[in-house]
Amino acid sequence: MSVVVLVEHTEGNIKKKSLEAIQYAAGIAQKTGTTVSAVVLGTLADNVMQDLGQYGAQKVLHVPDARLNQLHARAYTNALITAAQKEDSKIIIALHDINGRAVAPRLSAKLKAGLVAGALSYPDLTNGFAIKKQVFSGKAFAYVNITSDVKVITLMLNTFPLSKTEGSASIQKLDVNFSDKDFGIRVKETNKITGDIQLADAQLVVSGGRGMKGPENWGLIEGLAKELGAATACSRPVADAHWRPHHEHVGQTGGTVRPDLYIAVGISGAIQHLAGVSGSKTIVVINKDPEAPFFKAANYGVVGDALEILPRLTQAVEKFRQNHK
Amino acid sequence: MKILVCISQVPDTSTKIMLENNNTAINNQGVTYIINPYDEWYALIRALELKESGTATDVHLITVGKANTEQIIRKALALGGDEAIRIDADSNDPYETASQIAGYVKSAGYDLILCGKESIDYNNGAVGAMLAELLDMDYIGFATDIQAEGDLVTVKREIEGGEETVTCNLPVVVACQKGVAEARIPNMRGIMAARTRPLKVVAPIAVDSVTSILSYELPPAKAGVKLVSPDDMDELVELLHSEAKVI
Ligand SMILES: Cc1cc2nc3c(=O)[nH]c(=O)nc-3n(C[C@H](O)[C@H](O)[C@H](O)COP(=O)(O)OP(=O)(O)OC[C@H]3O[C@@H](n4cnc5c(N)ncnc54)[C@H](O)[C@@H]3O)c2cc1C
Ligand SMILES: Nc1ncnc2c1ncn2[C@@H]1O[C@H](COP(=O)(O)O)[C@@H](O)[C@H]1O
Repeated sequence: MSVVVLVEHTEGNIKKKSLEAIQYAAGIAQKTGTTVSAVVLGTLADNVMQDLGQYGAQKVLHVPDARLNQLHARAYTNALITAAQKEDSKIIIALHDINGRAVAPRLSAKLKAGLVAGALSYPDLTNGFAIKKQVFSGKAFAYVNITSDVKVITLMLNTFPLSKTEGSASIQKLDVNFSDKDFGIRVKETNKITGDIQLADAQLVVSGGRGMKGPENWGLIEGLAKELGAATACSRPVADAHWRPHHEHVGQTGGTVRPDLYIAVGISGAIQHLAGVSGSKTIVVINKDPEAPFFKAANYGVVGDALEILPRLTQAVEKFRQNHK
Repeated sequence: MKILVCISQVPDTSTKIMLENNNTAINNQGVTYIINPYDEWYALIRALELKESGTATDVHLITVGKANTEQIIRKALALGGDEAIRIDADSNDPYETASQIAGYVKSAGYDLILCGKESIDYNNGAVGAMLAELLDMDYIGFATDIQAEGDLVTVKREIEGGEETVTCNLPVVVACQKGVAEARIPNMRGIMAARTRPLKVVAPIAVDSVTSILSYELPPAKAGVKLVSPDDMDELVELLHSEAKVI
């Protein structure tokens, strides 16, 4: 028996959030007296896979089919079910991201397994198999008990800090019987965003609202983000006005972020905006209105004109970076 | 082409969540309910556009919910749609919800099933993909553009680290987000017409329960904001480094 976990990789490396998922699976394996089998789909070097042992995987099941370098949710589902059967697994883990959210529900439906989507805790086994998750876009949490025999979990990224240990995973090739149906979705064109930091996975985010006055001032947001190594985001009216692209819009009806640091500049802090950023560990608010609701949700606040403060902050970060090289 | 739009009822986005019964339930006193924004602004409107352009012949709406969800189905019908179905079951588990919808779809037959990216109450984003699995269909999530012609759909979707254009044969389930359509406001004619459109109530099928919610919790209150002088950004950076330990 083992806990099966779907591992994601990009440009030859395992994604950090997948290391978090492996470590999470290892925590569950320890609680339930089993081991961790990591499932790697697509092309990846052996030494990279062996290193998954450093985060708690005993075994890697590798399906080296190059078609799996792209998201094919039915093929991924098929591979995970094959892995789960081979390992006699009752617990399957993926990430609560675009891939995990395409695959985990399919596994759940296929295996009649309860799903916790967006886990924020290890399962509490004293009372069944209860896991904490966010509901109402972060306005509350629920403890969901999975009552079925097989259990499927998608883990929220940036929930548990990573710690590396010694270890090397053994690699086995996994044979999966794919059918044409598994590749029914045909990819015509792919545009990968390279260079920029991915907002959904970002550790640091600088976000601008209507208080930035107009797109011509966004150089200040980008300048700070660049100095920090942060991704950029915005409030909904900013995306609606086409000051910024839609994928930067965060909040209840946009993206959700869970960075270590969220810097909100000229954003009032409406409940719909807070919903998308409440998972941030530290929030800094820069706003000229001391009564702006965002200050109530903030750890640090600066009252003043963003257009004057941003250059100073960028400079201070630059100085800090130079002193901490 | 027959389109089914999955509609979920959720608390208004401005709702402040309160708990009751020893934190085992949401207090719904004074809560106003709306159509899940992704279902209304994107899935439903795109379905109506496809009908207006002559691509779709029928647009049906479905919700899984008790009688108190009829007001949002009526609201959805006021925007458009030929017929609505309410499956009379109370479910906050995505597997149960998807199983109910799948049970109905099996008998009715649809070519394109549109749902939202996620419902803003339970934030699962799971019903669409589950439905696809139960119906042995393909599923395209995080769609930002949907075109349909003959028995083929072409969809732009967000993927990990970028975006992709994919095609797929019908039948298919597509989950919609921003970009798919522009929100509309219902007009008086729509509201009047909605009254005469059929709303069918269907008995639920038996589905095994696979999860249960034990309790709820509200986020802890923030300790209070520490104000930093706008003239001393070095101090802010120092706090972020040595106190918050985030840079
Ligand atoms: C159904 C629904 C869903 C929604 N979903 C979302 C969502 O997902 N995400 C989202 O963000 N919003 C969402 N909203 C909108 C939300 O209610 C707010 O209207 C929006 O977040 C406000 O954006 P803002 O803070 O940028 O602008 P404003 O509310 O206009 O705030 C601008 C702020 O900038 C400050 N400011 C002005 N000038 C300066 C300056 N020179 N320096 C510093 N500060 C300055 C002001 O004091 C003010 O606090 C939704 C609304 C509804 C009804
Ligand atoms: N009770 C329901 N009735 C009909 N459709 C639903 C229901 N719940 C969720 N859906 C659909 O499934 C999508 C994803 O919901 P969820 O998995 O709950 O986040 C929603 O945007 C709706 O389109």
